Amino acid sequence: MSRYAFITAAFLTPTLLLANDPSVDYSRDILPILSDNCFECHGPDEETREADLRLDIAEHAYADRDGAIAIVPGDPDASDLVFLTQSDVEDEQMPPPKSKKILSETEKKLLEQWIEQGGEYESHWAFSRPQKDTPPTTAKHPIDAFIRQRLKEAGLKSSSSASAHTLIRRIHLDLIGLPPSPQEIEAFVKAYRSNAQSSIGTLIDELMTRPAFGEKWARQWLDIARYADTNGFEKDKPREQWIYRDWVIKALNADMPYDQFLTEQIAGDLIPNRTQDQLVASGFMRNGMVNEEGAIIPEQFRLEGIFDRMDCFGKATIGLTLQCAQCHSHKFDPISHDEYFGLFSFFNDTSEAKSWVYSDEQTQSIESTSSQIETLEQEIKTQRPNWQSEIAEWEMEQQTDATEWTTWDTDLQEWEGGLNHPEELADHSILILGHPSPGGVAKIEGETQINMATGMRFEALLHKDLPFSGPGRSYWGTFAISEWEVSRKWPNETEWTLVELRSATADFDFKPRKLHTYFQTNKEEDERRVGPARFLIDGDNKTAWSPDRGPILRHAPSSASVAFKEPLALPQGSQLQVRFTKRHGGSNGGLDNQQMGRFRLALTDGANPLVPAYDHAATMALSKPKSDRSSSDNAALFRAWRQSQEGLKELNTKIAAFEASFPEAKTSVLHTAETDPKFKRETRLLDRGSWDSPKHAVERHVPAILNPLPNDNPTRLDLAHWATHEDAPLTARVQVNRIWQALFGQGLVTTPEDFGTRAPMPDHLDLLDWLAVDLMETGWSQKRLIKTILSSDTYQQSSNLRADLTEKDPRNVLLARGPRFRAEAEVVRDVALAASGLLNSEIGGPSVFPPVPESMLKDNFQPVKYWDVATDEQRYRRSLYIFRKRAMPDPVLASFDAPNADASCVRRILSNTPLSALTSLNEPIFVEAAQGMGLRILEEGGKDDVSRINYGYLLATGRPASKADTKVLLDLLEEQRHRLSEGWINTREIAFIDPDNPPELPPETTPRDVASWVIASRVLLNLDETLNKN
Amino acid sequence: MDHELKNEAASIQSRRWFLRNCGVGMAGLALNSLLARDTATSSPANPLASRSPHFVPKAKRVIYIFQAGAPSHLDLFDHKQELIKRDGELPPAELLEGYRAAFINPKSALLGTKFDFNRHGQSGIEISELLPNIAKHVDDLCFIKSMQTDAVNHAPAQIMLSTGHSQFGRPSIGAWTLYGLGNESEDLPGYVVLSSAKGTSGGASNYGCGFLPTVYNGVPFRGKGDPILYLSNPKGYDAQTQRSSLDALKQLNQHTMASISDPETASRVQAYETAYRLQTSAPELMDLGSESQATLDAYAIKDPKESNFARNCLLARRLVERDVRFVQLFHEAWDQHDSLDTDLPKNCKYTDQPVAALLQDLKDRDLLKDTLVVWGGEFGRTPMAQGDNGRDHHNRAFTMWLAGGGVKGGHVHGATDDFGFNVTENPVHVHDLNATLLHLLGFDHERLTYRFQGRDFRLTDVHGHVVNDIIA
Repeated sequence: MSRYAFITAAFLTPTLLLANDPSVDYSRDILPILSDNCFECHGPDEETREADLRLDIAEHAYADRDGAIAIVPGDPDASDLVFLTQSDVEDEQMPPPKSKKILSETEKKLLEQWIEQGGEYESHWAFSRPQKDTPPTTAKHPIDAFIRQRLKEAGLKSSSSASAHTLIRRIHLDLIGLPPSPQEIEAFVKAYRSNAQSSIGTLIDELMTRPAFGEKWARQWLDIARYADTNGFEKDKPREQWIYRDWVIKALNADMPYDQFLTEQIAGDLIPNRTQDQLVASGFMRNGMVNEEGAIIPEQFRLEGIFDRMDCFGKATIGLTLQCAQCHSHKFDPISHDEYFGLFSFFNDTSEAKSWVYSDEQTQSIESTSSQIETLEQEIKTQRPNWQSEIAEWEMEQQTDATEWTTWDTDLQEWEGGLNHPEELADHSILILGHPSPGGVAKIEGETQINMATGMRFEALLHKDLPFSGPGRSYWGTFAISEWEVSRKWPNETEWTLVELRSATADFDFKPRKLHTYFQTNKEEDERRVGPARFLIDGDNKTAWSPDRGPILRHAPSSASVAFKEPLALPQGSQLQVRFTKRHGGSNGGLDNQQMGRFRLALTDGANPLVPAYDHAATMALSKPKSDRSSSDNAALFRAWRQSQEGLKELNTKIAAFEASFPEAKTSVLHTAETDPKFKRETRLLDRGSWDSPKHAVERHVPAILNPLPNDNPTRLDLAHWATHEDAPLTARVQVNRIWQALFGQGLVTTPEDFGTRAPMPDHLDLLDWLAVDLMETGWSQKRLIKTILSSDTYQQSSNLRADLTEKDPRNVLLARGPRFRAEAEVVRDVALAASGLLNSEIGGPSVFPPVPESMLKDNFQPVKYWDVATDEQRYRRSLYIFRKRAMPDPVLASFDAPNADASCVRRILSNTPLSALTSLNEPIFVEAAQGMGLRILEEGGKDDVSRINYGYLLATGRPASKADTKVLLDLLEEQRHRLSEGWINTREIAFIDPDNPPELPPETTPRDVASWVIASRVLLNLDETLNKN
Repeated sequence: MDHELKNEAASIQSRRWFLRNCGVGMAGLALNSLLARDTATSSPANPLASRSPHFVPKAKRVIYIFQAGAPSHLDLFDHKQELIKRDGELPPAELLEGYRAAFINPKSALLGTKFDFNRHGQSGIEISELLPNIAKHVDDLCFIKSMQTDAVNHAPAQIMLSTGHSQFGRPSIGAWTLYGLGNESEDLPGYVVLSSAKGTSGGASNYGCGFLPTVYNGVPFRGKGDPILYLSNPKGYDAQTQRSSLDALKQLNQHTMASISDPETASRVQAYETAYRLQTSAPELMDLGSESQATLDAYAIKDPKESNFARNCLLARRLVERDVRFVQLFHEAWDQHDSLDTDLPKNCKYTDQPVAALLQDLKDRDLLKDTLVVWGGEFGRTPMAQGDNGRDHHNRAFTMWLAGGGVKGGHVHGATDDFGFNVTENPVHVHDLNATLLHLLGFDHERLTYRFQGRDFRLTDVHGHVVNDIIA
């Protein structure tokens, strides 16, 4: 064995310790040295490059630069690289001492030896397509063949198969994240004895059909997708995004091909004729944080959101750390700053959209209602065969009567106090994003473009950055305005003077009604009302105009106008000021705001400053030339016309009744959407990644080192196809690696977040590549891949740590034994719930609020009023459904290392701490699990202590109790029975979840029996073997 | 390699504790970057084993008083006569060029402080009348009047100060410290967080471990209920049943240990034993019964059971006495957009005496010399008024102070212009402060790195210069 390889082993992986190959390998031995020590100044980043020398590209390194050559292949003595790295002179030493990078003697020698061998560069393995080598002949199963080959080289042998008990539990935890029941164990052990392989195959197949499979594997993906139920940052408002989680579970259960799985999440919104499910899938991109702190500039945090999407996209698909190229060209991997923004531009020109999501029943009901409305409209057309010419005539009348409005190009748009910073768009409409202010005043000022005004119009407009396109920002995408004031300031005046208003009209309003309870602050005494346009100018902040047409229809533009009491002269230089007072939000931290979204103001000097009493959509359609009208424009006109016809009253009433029956959606989803062409966004490179330092424009493109994009004007959908193309070198490898990691505790590439030049060279690259190609060749089936791995002897080995392995391969890199590691947080908790019998196996739906200590809830910036702790069977849902609050990571899951979704996470680092010990000993749900389990053992575990102990062991660890184990628990039971009977400890409190309402006990058992078994169960639930996958 | 193995074997045997032996399983490989390069004494299996920093530290522990919400430097530390003189006037136009405030229109009237400033101590440093007790210690304090930060909204700015980056996802300074130094305490976590007032804008990420292993998370000690989550036994259990249960658990786990030989099992046995000890040591820590009435009075603690800032100050002293490396107090109360004249004095009254008592207490116990105390918020406030009685966020200049742990006492570093608006002398960016804090703890901030996503991350990102002028 080479001396060099031996010493480097400490820096790389222990495997090298075992390598027999004396020659220096570029990828394994040299690239990490160059990458760590040289590339920062002599690598891909042109900005920090020194002496115009690159050491990441052979031609540069070999080039003669005025007689100096960094690398002369085969001739270390002539190579400056060797001379300078071995120099003792501070001024010439490389890396320079100030860089604080110090090459070890070994590393210096390795460089020298490499050059002596020819100094050959190889392209980084991860940037070339994986190749499927024929597996060695050491075993039948390809995985075992690759693994055994390496073991053979290291002089090691595989371990024997794990016991049937260990195997069934291992496979259960890996496939469905739940332990097998004692009955399942018994059946399997029997089947295993008659035919081991077929019993395992049957078990795998059966478990893969259970819905719990999707729940278990969704967890890993949700980490990557940084899924959470709140927005993060200071406000950390709750969001409804659980339908995306449901989508992941469903997709995994259906074994959706991984390329499609990715494509729908990256660009589901762009798939032609996309389904609701595909739109929900694109929620993936929107799972990141949203800042709604007061006074923020929305654009800054929108851009940070795109950075986060880039990071997530990079980790999820190509396993490259794009983040490094956010501020400058990548220092180590060949991704330039421009290429970063080339990718960035795929995500940048999108809207922060939110849509309703309907259940199947709701969708059916909407479809049938719509078709009934269509039938009625058809009836109108039959009744009025000349409807087209009638509409044309009606249009003429409208045009004649129409008031001419001049859009007001305002100078100042602000929210008094500065909580919001409204933004003026190109069409002079004003958009309010950022802080979801429940109350306040929007103030608009500016010179006017006409010299006399009789009234002003307000248009509420749609925008894709608003919930459901708006037009408002409330939970339903609506808004309410309490008061509308207009003031004027003539030239030479210094003070504003209120303009007296005569009347107000609106395109849509309804009779006064009480404010929806959702927005009420004090349900008893809240006198606020919403209703018609006159509420805008009644001087009463308790009343507001709010155009809410009900489900589906409410997402439409709306308008209102005020007429000035007297025509207002506006000599050159006159200014107007408008104040919209908003007092109809609630007091729940902005959740219950009724904020305006996008709106535009206009002035008129016409005699009748009114807006017509039909939908503003029709008014907008009327303003377009016929040839420019869309089908929805024509529908709006038809609707407005029919509503104006006295003779159609009956049919109109019928239609209105159907419209009123549209259902409220069951939930909603944040997702991506292309921006409105009107508001198209150009992507500019951001200097140092800083949001306010845009430089040159960047077109959509992908890093040149990876597979090319096939077409010219690529969309986000093309990017998804690019990422999942068979030529893509990384996508399949990255996912195979993550699945391997989930099963074995560490990936074949140990840095799943980074497959770049700094990633440690995988010991089993041949295996990784074989599996990656196999995945692609077999239709990207993840279930098939998982089954392939589970069917291998490698996976099924005993995980006992053999003495020889403790020495030679303590980290199990070579896999001479099976995987053993603490189960992930959710599995730890679910195992307890399953063993207790309390587990509620309902699939999907909204997140559940677990009990958390009051002191934690209080430690939130924004009071958490919605934390309704589940007390019914929802309390025992699987941990996947625990409400994930970013600013308050779930205390149970966090103590078992679940990440808190601040950023995409592809690897959890497991810990083993006293804090997690306290959690599984004392946290209420774990305690209740012990109580459930104690009772269950008495009910199901036989009649005597020994068989009950055995049953408890099966429930918790999947194996029978040994004699020694039994003895320990018998002693514990005996001692505790004494203590219970002597009253040292409280029987009922220990025994029952609700001591006041104890459950029915099994025959011939007493509360004391239950209590003693609860104490024993608590011990069983905390066993190392219970917490581990063995 | 041999060494690593020995350590791993040792961890199986070891009886000493607290988090020292908690394993990070196979994922411990990730620790290679620090452990393999910088210290030869540790094994990845022991991420919290006590370690030596790069050089001899001046500070062995830190008490970081994070005054969240951003206290007004102009009313507490940075006394500006010119600002007082020009109260009510608009700021000079050239000052506002390219300036954007968070809430207010920058063209708002200047607001001079309404509070008196007096000179104190031998150093004669000026400090507001609102902090009369801290003022008594000015000769021990090192004021940095030229602090600067990047972010101007609370959550990003708090995260910036805590993690060196305004975007979420990075480790906090306490987590970095623990990663670098390991844990010295036998029975307590190495990084403890104490909160008063409400939750912070930055939330749990202010003391999170980012991409570092979870063992480096700050552990909140809570004022109400269990000081550490789930510390109490379930209802009905007593200590003896708990002990018997854990004894049984230990024996059963030892059976597993014997058959499977996984060193992680040994770690788990120890984790449960420490959990048990924590059930005694944490309540003991939180119980101020052993403190004299004089001490309680000094800290202005009226009810020793009531959780508040004063109690947290005394707890901080008790924690550092017990070798906890990094104690962080959060007091989210300083966002005076309005009511400056009432809320600022109220906050000061609430916090001034306890902080002063803590300084005195540390001094009396000879702990101040190697305990670094940090006091400050995420940014400063505008010299322009918000409304007529408040100040907006201001990131271009603000004041923080340090004490003990190797910094100069009675020292002022940096200065601002006549309005406390821009730094005119010796700017200290958050990165510089963090570089300096790490330096005082014995670290070269450029070498305290963690390899993640192929990059060697640092608390100071790619920035930061040690402010040598403030080091004693």
